Amino acid sequence: MTWALWVSTLLLLLALVLGVWRVWLGPTLADRMLAAQLFGTTGVALLLLLAELLEQPALRDVALVIALLAVMATVAFVARAQPAGQSISKKENEDAD
Amino acid sequence: MLIDLLRSLLILVGAAFFLVGTLGLLRFPDAPTRIHALTKVDNLGLGLIVLGLLPGVASWPVVFKMILIWLLAIAAASLAGHLVVQAWAGSQNKETSSRDS
Repeated sequence: MTWALWVSTLLLLLALVLGVWRVWLGPTLADRMLAAQLFGTTGVALLLLLAELLEQPALRDVALVIALLAVMATVAFVARAQPAGQSISKKENEDAD
Repeated sequence: MLIDLLRSLLILVGAAFFLVGTLGLLRFPDAPTRIHALTKVDNLGLGLIVLGLLPGVASWPVVFKMILIWLLAIAAASLAGHLVVQAWAGSQNKETSSRDS
């Protein structure tokens, strides 16, 4: 049972790394903002798994907070980028897609 | 014994769904399709992982807490998805209109 938890924790870490690669590659601002969304859900899953593995019930509350903060990050981004006239969909580096 | 097998299967499939969602994030052409892949698949993966973890939890309140975490993650993902794509479409129209005029 615990081997399955460890294997899926590693898989989730791999998903996080791929998310960071998307942030690096992402041509538009909106793509970079997806990473905040990805870290939110993947972070919640990781913490729930670790709460089970390390017998730390407090980690579930941390997962709850992360799920909330990821939304705040995205909302703050949308609220700030619009009035500032910053174009979300403009491709910064033309080659990467 | 069967329960353990079932739980590890659920958790592994949940983690696999996370990977598929992230793969969709990398492979799809533009922002709306990426967030479509991301929000749906990751929430399903999270649901499976929570389902796999539930039997191992001792007390009932923690069971409800985990289910609530999952529901919050779904609401958060859909809200964030809509916001980002609407902002993206808004600036997309503004950009094309400025280019055409």
